[in-house]
Amino acid sequence: MNSVERTDVLVVGSGFGGAIPAYHLAAGGAKVVVLERGPQLDPGEFEHDFKLGSSYTRIFDFVVGDGMSVLGGNCVGGGSVVYFAAMPRAPRFVFERRGSINRRMWPASISRDTLDPWYDRVAESIPITQQGWRDVSYAGGLWAAACDHAGRTANPVPAAVDTTACVKCNWMMAGCRFGAKQSLLLNYLPAAVAHGAEIRPLHEVQRISRGDDGHYRVHYMTVDPEDYRLTTGEGVIEARLVVLAAGAAATPVILQRSEAELGPMPYAVGRYFSGNGERLNTAVINEDRAREVLGLDRGDGTAYAAFQIGKGPTVANWDRLDGSLPEYTRYSLEQLYFPPGLGTILALTGGPDPMWFGLEKKEMLRRWQSWLIIFQMIEDDNEGVFGPPPARGNADRISQQMLGVGSLSYKPTANTQAAWAMADAECKEILERDGLATVTPWTNDLVGAYTVHPLASCRIGDDPRTSALDDRHELRGHPGIFVTDGSAVPGALTVNPAMTIAALAERAVPGIVRAARERGVQVTYGAPAPDGSTSARRATAPLASALLGE
Amino acid sequence: MLDETSRATLEAFADTIVPGNKRSPDDRAVAGVSPTGGAVAAGALELIQWDATGITAGLDDYTRSLNDHAREYADQRGLTLDEDVPPFVALPFEERTALVRVLTAPGHPEKSLWVLLALFCYMAYDSAAHLHTADAIAAGHPGLAALGLPAPDADGLWRFSSWSYGRPLARLHPKTTASGSPA
Repeated sequence: MNSVERTDVLVVGSGFGGAIPAYHLAAGGAKVVVLERGPQLDPGEFEHDFKLGSSYTRIFDFVVGDGMSVLGGNCVGGGSVVYFAAMPRAPRFVFERRGSINRRMWPASISRDTLDPWYDRVAESIPITQQGWRDVSYAGGLWAAACDHAGRTANPVPAAVDTTACVKCNWMMAGCRFGAKQSLLLNYLPAAVAHGAEIRPLHEVQRISRGDDGHYRVHYMTVDPEDYRLTTGEGVIEARLVVLAAGAAATPVILQRSEAELGPMPYAVGRYFSGNGERLNTAVINEDRAREVLGLDRGDGTAYAAFQIGKGPTVANWDRLDGSLPEYTRYSLEQLYFPPGLGTILALTGGPDPMWFGLEKKEMLRRWQSWLIIFQMIEDDNEGVFGPPPARGNADRISQQMLGVGSLSYKPTANTQAAWAMADAECKEILERDGLATVTPWTNDLVGAYTVHPLASCRIGDDPRTSALDDRHELRGHPGIFVTDGSAVPGALTVNPAMTIAALAERAVPGIVRAARERGVQVTYGAPAPDGSTSARRATAPLASALLGE
Repeated sequence: MLDETSRATLEAFADTIVPGNKRSPDDRAVAGVSPTGGAVAAGALELIQWDATGITAGLDDYTRSLNDHAREYADQRGLTLDEDVPPFVALPFEERTALVRVLTAPGHPEKSLWVLLALFCYMAYDSAAHLHTADAIAAGHPGLAALGLPAPDADGLWRFSSWSYGRPLARLHPKTTASGSPA
C-alpha cells in the first residue's frame, strides 16, 4: 500500500535547466511534475515598481555568501524571467579550458563544434535576434563609440528579445510586461504544459531520499506566497527519475541535504563553484566629452544621460576572446544596465579614497543618468565551496522576499584577482581616455564578489574527482538523478551563460530519456521545437541517437 | 514604535549613509552636510520599520550597539560627547563616517549586520523600496529625483520612444559568427 504521489519524472526548478527537459520528456509521453520554489506570475503582474513585494522582489533572489553573493531567479521560468536575455554562444577556447585542475575541464565529448547543433536547437526554440545598430541603446552605443575611439571592436549582443515589441523600459529584471523578452514562459514551459507536464509553484524542494521499487522520494515544503520566510506545508513525491535544475546556488544544497539518506555524494557536489568571473565597473560619463570626443548626440543636444533607457546589455567588446591568449587573460567587457536598489550601493566613488556611502556617493548618484556600467566576465578559478546547508532552501531568509544568507564561500585566487585587475585596467583605459569618464570597480568588501550567473557547483566532466556528473549529466553514484542547470557547466564562459546552459540541457535530454526508459518509463525522444519547427532537430538527430544508445 | 533615542540614533546612521539637509535648526540627528534631502528625508526610518525587511525586530539592538560603539570610539579618541543626545548622534559627521567605516570594514565581527542596516537606508534613497515607485516620483521623493527618474506613463509603465543613436559606432569583431556570437 503506497499512498505517496508518484510520477515518472520529477523536475526541480523551471528555469532553462528544468523547462527544457520537462518539455521534451512530457512531449515524449512521460508523466512530468515540475516543482518550482518561486511563484507563478502572469505577464500582467510584472510591475515597474521598486517597492518591496512587487514583482521585482517576488521573482528575484539575492543570497549573500562569504566572499560571493548570488542573484538568481525565483519564479516559474527561473532565470529566463529576470535575465537580460543576452544569448551569445561561448567562444571555442572556453571548451578547452584547464582551469584550476590543470587538465581539460570539459568532457572530451563536448566542444564548440559538438555543442553548436544543440545551440541551434535552442535558437530555433527561443527566438534570438541578431541585434543591429538601430537596436542598440544609447548606453550600448556609447560603449561602442568609446571602444572604437580606443582602437577596439564592439558587437551588438544577440538577444532573446522581440525588438518590435520592446519599449526599452529597462525593467527586464522585474519580468517583461510587453511580451518582448522571449522567456521560457513563451516557449518551452507552455509547450510542456500542453503535453501534460504539471508545474507547481511555491514548492521548495529540500532533499531527496530513496523510496520503494527504485523510486526516488523528493521532499518539499510549500512556501507562503507573500512571505517566503514562512512555509505552509510539506509533502513528498516519488519519481523514477529526478532532474535537478534548482540553479547553481541551490542544486548542490539539495544534494548535500540528501547525503545522509542517499549515501555519499561525489566530491565535486558543492565545490568548484564559479561566479562566471563577473565584476562590474561604473563609469560616470562626462557629457561634454562624450559629445566632443565621440561626436554623440541624441538629437536634442544631449550627448548621453540615458543610463535608464534600454534593454540590459546591448553591446560587448570581445577583443580579448582570443584562444591564443593565456588562460585568465581572456574576458569580455559588456555594457550593462543595473537598476537602483539591487546593488548600486556597491558602486565606489573615484579619487584616492573610494567610498560606497557618504556625501561623494550621493553626488555620484545625482549623476546616475550619466552612468555606464561595464560588466566583466573573466575566467575565474572555480574557487567557490558550499558549507553545511541552511535549515531549509538555500538560504536563511532575512527579508520576506529576495534577501537571504547562504553557505557559499568564495576566496578569489591570485589568478582570478589578476584577471579582474586586468579587466579593470582595460575599462579605465578605454573610458578614461581623453576625459570621457571616471571609472571605478564595484567593491567586493561589503557582500563579496557578486554574480548574476552562478555556475559549476555540480559540474559535468570526465574526471570523477573534479566533476559531480558524467558527460550525460547523471550524478555519479546515483543513477537516475540528473543535473541540467548552470551548476553542470564546468566553469566560467567569458560570456553570458544562458545560451550554453540551455544548449547543454537540450543535449542532456536524450541521455535522460534513455535512463528513464531503462527505469521503465514509456517515453520517446524527438519532439520538435516548442513551436513545431523541426530543422534544427535534423542536425542533432545523429548526436541524439548516440546519446540514446541507439 | 521606536523611542526617541532609537529614532535619533538610526536617523543619524541613515544620514551618514546618504547625508541630507537639516529638517529644522535644532535637528541633531541629521548632520546637515548636504543641501538636499538624504536617506532620512527619503524614508529610511519608514523602510526599516517595515517588517518585510527582516530587520525591524532588531532595531533596538542596533541602537544600543551603535551607541556603545560610539561611546567607545569617543573614549578612544578623547572626544567629549554631548549627553543631551545619544552618543552616535553626538558625534560630528566626520566621526560618524569614520565609525561606520570601521563597523563595515572586512574583518569586523559585526560587519554583516551593519552592512544590512546600511543597505536598507541606502535603498530608501536610491529606490524608495517602501513606496510604489510612481507614487514616490509624484511626491517628489528626494532620491528618485536625484537619480533623475522621469515619471512613467499614465498606466504606471515606462516606455522610451527614443533609445538609440541608430548608426554603426564601432567595427565588429572580425571573427563574429553568422548568428552574431563570438567564434
